[in-house]
Amino acid sequence: MTAGAPLLLLEARGVGKTYPGVRALDGVDLCVRAGEIHALLGENGAGKSTLIGVLTGVIAKDGGQVLVDGVEIHPRNPAEARAAGLSAVYQEANLLPNLTVAENLYLGRQPTRFGLIRRRTMNDAARALLAGYGLDIDVTRTLDSYSTAVRQVVAIARAVDLSAKVLILDEPTASLDAEETAMLFTVVRGLAARGLAVIFVTHFLDQVFALCDRLTVLRNGRQVGERTVADLAPLDLVALMLGKPLTASHLIRKRATTPGGVVARFTGLGRKRLVAPFDLELRQGEIVGAAGLLGSGRTETALLMFGAERADSGQVEVDGKTVKLRGPRDAIALGFGLLPEDRKADGVVGALSVRDNIVLALQARAGWTKPLPRRKQDELAARYIALLDIRTPDADKPIEQLSGGNQQKALLARWLATEPRLLILDEPTRGVDVGAHAEIVRLIEALCEQGLALYVISSELEEVAAYADRVLVMRERRAVGLVEGEAISPGALMAAIAGTAGEVAA
Amino acid sequence: MSRAGRWLRAGLPQLAVLILALIANGLIAPNFFTLTVQDGRLFGGLVDVVNRGAPTALLGLGMALVIATRGIDLSVGAVMAIAGAVAAVAVNDGLAWPLALALALGAGLACGLWNGVLIAVLGIQPIVATLILMVAGRGVAQLITAGRIVTFDEPHLLWLGGGSVLGLPVAAVVALTALAVFLVATRRTALGLFIEAVGVNPRASRLAGIDTRGVLLCVYAASGLLAATAGVIAAADIRAADANNAGLWLELDAILAVVIGGGLLYGGRFSLSLALIGALALQTIKTGILRAGFPPEFNLIVMAAVVAGVLCLQSPAFAELVRRMRLRRSGAGS
Repeated sequence: MTAGAPLLLLEARGVGKTYPGVRALDGVDLCVRAGEIHALLGENGAGKSTLIGVLTGVIAKDGGQVLVDGVEIHPRNPAEARAAGLSAVYQEANLLPNLTVAENLYLGRQPTRFGLIRRRTMNDAARALLAGYGLDIDVTRTLDSYSTAVRQVVAIARAVDLSAKVLILDEPTASLDAEETAMLFTVVRGLAARGLAVIFVTHFLDQVFALCDRLTVLRNGRQVGERTVADLAPLDLVALMLGKPLTASHLIRKRATTPGGVVARFTGLGRKRLVAPFDLELRQGEIVGAAGLLGSGRTETALLMFGAERADSGQVEVDGKTVKLRGPRDAIALGFGLLPEDRKADGVVGALSVRDNIVLALQARAGWTKPLPRRKQDELAARYIALLDIRTPDADKPIEQLSGGNQQKALLARWLATEPRLLILDEPTRGVDVGAHAEIVRLIEALCEQGLALYVISSELEEVAAYADRVLVMRERRAVGLVEGEAISPGALMAAIAGTAGEVAA
Repeated sequence: MSRAGRWLRAGLPQLAVLILALIANGLIAPNFFTLTVQDGRLFGGLVDVVNRGAPTALLGLGMALVIATRGIDLSVGAVMAIAGAVAAVAVNDGLAWPLALALALGAGLACGLWNGVLIAVLGIQPIVATLILMVAGRGVAQLITAGRIVTFDEPHLLWLGGGSVLGLPVAAVVALTALAVFLVATRRTALGLFIEAVGVNPRASRLAGIDTRGVLLCVYAASGLLAATAGVIAAADIRAADANNAGLWLELDAILAVVIGGGLLYGGRFSLSLALIGALALQTIKTGILRAGFPPEFNLIVMAAVVAGVLCLQSPAFAELVRRMRLRRSGAGS
């Protein structure tokens, strides 16, 4: 490494990319020094993905230049970008889960003798390579037997070993828990110490402050700022991303509610090996939160309440009458809606248009013999696209082409179109950028004021604490407490989840 | 763009294939496009294509629906044999022709529901589930005909194979009617949307309240019913139920018709009219090969080569090539 001024390993200048009708990138600069961890930030749709695509050769730029180590490159595919020293590791790690860890590391370049793979050499090399990342695992087991965090590290190890100088990490921590995130941070810091330039893409601003040296912010396809993290206050960063100043109070709800009648009462609802029986009452104009760690059974409560999983104990009362939930159709007929946790697998119907996706639940409830007239469909789509500010050129666009936050809003629209009485939202703000995040939270509150009963599952405790009237706390697949009213605070919830303070304020 | 305009644009490759195949036929047999009227009935190459292609077209309609749900129905050929056998044996046993026809169609519907139950309720993979009936179905048909070729001469049934309506062959009229009925059933109701949603993402569809089982049962039942219709027509055409050869390999033709019609085997958007055009294009190609006078042993190979060529032209790689060439040309022009 050269002494003095830090070496610019990656220098992208004036990068542009235009799609029909959209200027996805407009003269964007991104400069990353050797040994630096550089955060790339922006709302969904700000142009991060496009920029990464351009850098890795997936998308052809139509303006500007990209220099790696002072040499201009024109990668036409990821292999060429990799040869130039640029590699990306994606959230859904681009590896093969059915192969062993070692095979994943050396795929396409296995050590051979007489044309045959030298398995032992390969395994030894893999073990040595991973040891450099503080990972001591059995490299002969298939990748899918390991956690997401381990897979991320394997993906990083492979990318770095393939001579990366610049490593792009696209939302590496999105599905990691705190401990795994800490482990990943150690790995990333190690890489920076070895002189690599690391580009870290994330939605978690606290991680930016914990890990990164500098950051670049994109907004609407433009670069709106390059800052040193140490000189920046969190609120200023949010303001930079949103383009408008934001006060910390944006999450605090004016709780003026006098909860209405009970919409649904769940008594002893449960299913063996899924979640232990729990009781819950949902009232009009009230938000009940659910908090707990991943795997604590919080999602399972929603699945049971929506009939997506059949309960084997307990009963459900709606308007004081006992009802049966044999499936989602029963729940929808009762006026329930569920925004699922896994948007891609359980929510969007990718190849269909935004309009089809919005009308889907309403149409399903009406039945196949009563098609919504096209005019009514257009009307619904137009209304919710405007109301929720869904960014799409038109309602005919396949929903899979929208950004995550806009897909989420379209799914919310799907349920709002059914005019539900009870809306179950499972991680409504996950993978959604700051702007859409705030909008969705505001929307939740507005819905509540209109008299909807809401059940919101979220891993963001501050958010839950800010808007919930009551919070169901889950631990190890059972409900361990209900925190109510003034007792709700992030700290209290944390303690309840951890089980440290006994059954807090239950 | 108007609806017709959109359809034309989406179906351009399929129409091009059909038109090219027709032109090739015209070159091979100069009188191909000549239409003559005899006994109030049209004759000619075009009529022949439509008539011969009708069974495949009927199968193709059902197959398009099944494939849209990310499924496949390999049993349609065997179901044709069953339906033909039921119709022939029933009329020979002295049943009235409407009853015989109803029994044959009912048998096809039952076969489709059997497939549907295996797939929708038991969760068996479509290719395996329908393979069962593909193999067993011929056995069932042989049981019905007691292993013989059962000839019949009930005039109303024979009319389905050889008669005409307003000068057009009955088989073609039945296929067009089926297209109209299924277009209304899928596009004038929400069924089409549900079928596509289930094909693209069954989990999300169920959570959105779609009766995914019902949709799957529906499409396999429709496929069975259409296959039975094709089976009765095919039997009437040869005036006999041949359990061994009726509809043999036609399931593959039906799949090809859907694929030539632009259907994607991994489900989603479907077009019944394009599947029908695919079936007609396939039949036109077959007719042309037969008329070209190749030695018969070449027929299958020429057929395979033509189909491979057509599919290459429709492949994403070719579309990309065209796009690049167009881009280069417009780049040079501006």
